[in-house]
Amino acid sequence: MTGVLPITLLEATKVVQALLYSGKEYVCLMKLHGDAEEMRLKNVLKEFEDVIYQRPPLRSSVKRQLRTRRIYYLDFLEMDRRNVLFTVGCEGGTYIRKLCFDVGEVLGCGAHMQELRRTRAGPFLEKNSVALQEVAYSFAEYQQTQDERILKRFVQPMERALTLVPKIYVRDSAVDAICHGASLTAPGILSLEGEIKAGSMVAIFSLKFEAVALARAQASSEQIMDLSHGVVAKTERVLMPRGTYPKRWKSGGNANEQKSQ
Amino acid sequence: MARSEAPWEKSQELLVKAEDVTDPNFGHRPEERPPEEYLRFGLINLDKPAGPTSHEVAAWTKRILKVEQVGHGGTLEA
Repeated sequence: MTGVLPITLLEATKVVQALLYSGKEYVCLMKLHGDAEEMRLKNVLKEFEDVIYQRPPLRSSVKRQLRTRRIYYLDFLEMDRRNVLFTVGCEGGTYIRKLCFDVGEVLGCGAHMQELRRTRAGPFLEKNSVALQEVAYSFAEYQQTQDERILKRFVQPMERALTLVPKIYVRDSAVDAICHGASLTAPGILSLEGEIKAGSMVAIFSLKFEAVALARAQASSEQIMDLSHGVVAKTERVLMPRGTYPKRWKSGGNANEQKSQ
Repeated sequence: MARSEAPWEKSQELLVKAEDVTDPNFGHRPEERPPEEYLRFGLINLDKPAGPTSHEVAAWTKRILKVEQVGHGGTLEA
């Protein structure tokens, strides 16, 4: 298998969980074990553009329980005798190998996944990916020249991984408390981006577009807009180092609230 | 059976609750991080070649860049 594989460096590794559940896209070469009529094959493929059931294979690190996964789209590209090429957009954790097997079962003749290439992982696209050789070459060039622009050719800020995650932008004064694991309360909120549902993961961002933490939303976007106080999101993974922004926990209105409690 | 919206096809609405300014003396816009910090909080959109496993590729990157830790976003194995 080849294709888009986001590699996180050092501290950026903390955003990995945001990627594991992000959507993926693949180009797949499937090999049929018998002859099938193209129109029929196309119809069967369309049947899988839905929520499907899958059990992780023997060789996997996750619990082998039956689970559902959504196939956003499954587009037939071409067919040559028993070779079938298609594009598939799906939820993270979908086994394309099993999808091919199941397509074969529905067709009746059987099939297997011959080759797979990942063309997208969340916000990361194949066309923007770099090869290992380029990483090695560019890094050597950077070490020689110390030219930062070379780094930017193959390294991206970790915030890129959170492009598809709903965000809450907060005031500078709220940042350091969150870096210490504090929950985000309503007064600290400036704006919301994307659809937030209660219980879903959100990314807390500063006004400089820095990722502060990953958190669990306690309310929906509409509810958050109306709240004047209370916990809006529970911090789950701090991304920004403590002390990046000044400590402002005990200042102003918040301190009075805390004292009276 | 119907095509549904992939996460990257969804529009991201911005809802503004309040306004404020940010102090330029603290933090950095991600693109403006100094090189060492840029790397520490960076990631690579790598095109994995055929052959090695995702873990092996991550280990190679770790060696090439001489960093103590790497992670990857979703195994690409046979």
